[in-house]
Amino acid sequence: MSKPILVVKGLTKKYGANTIFHDIDMTVNEGDTDVIIGPSGTGKSTLLRCINLLTKADAGQIWLDGEEITAHDHDEDEVRAHIGMVFQNFLLFNHLTALGNVKIGLNKVKKLSDQAAEQKAIQELERVGLADRAHHYPGQLSGGQQQRVAIARALAMDPRIMLFDEPTSALDPELIGEVLEVMRQLAKDGMTMLVVTHEMGFAREVSDRIIFLENGSIVEEGPPDVLFYTPKFERTREFLWKITELYGKKESDA
Amino acid sequence: MDVGRFVQYIASGTAYTVSVTLIALPLGLVLGLLFSLLYVYGGKVTARVMSVYSTVMRGIPPIVLLFILYFLVSGSINLSPLLAGSISLGIVSSAYQMEIIRGALLSVSGGQMMAARAIGMSKMSAIRYVIIPQAFRLAICPWSNEAAIVIKDSSLVYALGVPEILRRAQLISASTQQPFLAFITAGLIYFFLVFITNRLLDRLDKRLRIPSNP
Repeated sequence: MSKPILVVKGLTKKYGANTIFHDIDMTVNEGDTDVIIGPSGTGKSTLLRCINLLTKADAGQIWLDGEEITAHDHDEDEVRAHIGMVFQNFLLFNHLTALGNVKIGLNKVKKLSDQAAEQKAIQELERVGLADRAHHYPGQLSGGQQQRVAIARALAMDPRIMLFDEPTSALDPELIGEVLEVMRQLAKDGMTMLVVTHEMGFAREVSDRIIFLENGSIVEEGPPDVLFYTPKFERTREFLWKITELYGKKESDA
Repeated sequence: MDVGRFVQYIASGTAYTVSVTLIALPLGLVLGLLFSLLYVYGGKVTARVMSVYSTVMRGIPPIVLLFILYFLVSGSINLSPLLAGSISLGIVSSAYQMEIIRGALLSVSGGQMMAARAIGMSKMSAIRYVIIPQAFRLAICPWSNEAAIVIKDSSLVYALGVPEILRRAQLISASTQQPFLAFITAGLIYFFLVFITNRLLDRLDKRLRIPSNP
């Protein structure tokens, strides 16, 4: 019933003698929202970048939809077009309006006609509630709005999976809610998502599975209730509750 | 002496000055853009070659390079002094424009490239549709400096016998014994050309500025 969209086996990344993560195995099933948590510097961002091939892993294999994307003859650009990525600092194209940002991939990668691209882009902006900001430049939008445009830009490509790299970490507290709301809706609509975040409220409510990463390996993974209340390792519980205290409150209030 | 005819004689060199500039500046831009892309995205060996090119071209006075390139260019193909001189100045300018554009390319944050690749754009399309449009805007102000320098350096082709403003000023100053008036006239024309060019580029910069909230 649950079909794996993303399968990672033995993924390892080193920078020189420094191992970022080692021998990571994970599977994300279709329609699931999996959350990766862990202390900073444990390679969570690098892991996401390796998954969409922005960074080359040193060892291991990745399958997307049953196809091995780490195979040598695979077209990396083609792979990335099928994996949506949302960055911590939005990274919108500064010289383009919100509409232009969402359109450019449709135009230049999917090669849609200008009219078709525009129509699709407006739909995606509506989906994140920003159709009325279509002609604003990134510099004219709030952080939360910029991140929602970035989500729309990724969604426009009709990705098989969406990767979120701490999507709310760069936002002022009062702007976090609107971004999480969009992500919650995506999860509800059945989008497959892999999210690196410290938002424990989101993780508990929305995720199907929490993956706890520390010192470059997966310490423990499982459904949120299990990890919060009956984890195998005391370290997991300790970390989860510490983060909940630090970040989680505003979210559970919202 | 008829001051009107005196001034007119010098001013009629303006067409040459403008021609030289309109050949040298765009040629330098095309080469400079190409070289800067090779420098930034072409790998280590290419970057090294471009760096040597830049260092050599910027380390020699333009008039010396003009002579060297002029004799190289006109030795291999039969060109008028005007064209050969303009091409030579364009090549000199390409080194400076390369540095201007390289700086602008590097000023566009690396995240822009990453975001473009993340939606499946090839490196080439990312450079073309995301990096260059932003770098172009950043380059306008420093480029305006280079435009002024090329306009002024166009006077160097007088050494090849092209009857542009400076050459004419020199000729008429010798024949009328009025060096002060001759060179003041030449100076004013150059100043006027540079002034207009910078104002136009200023306007372009303002028009293309990406809107943002304060």
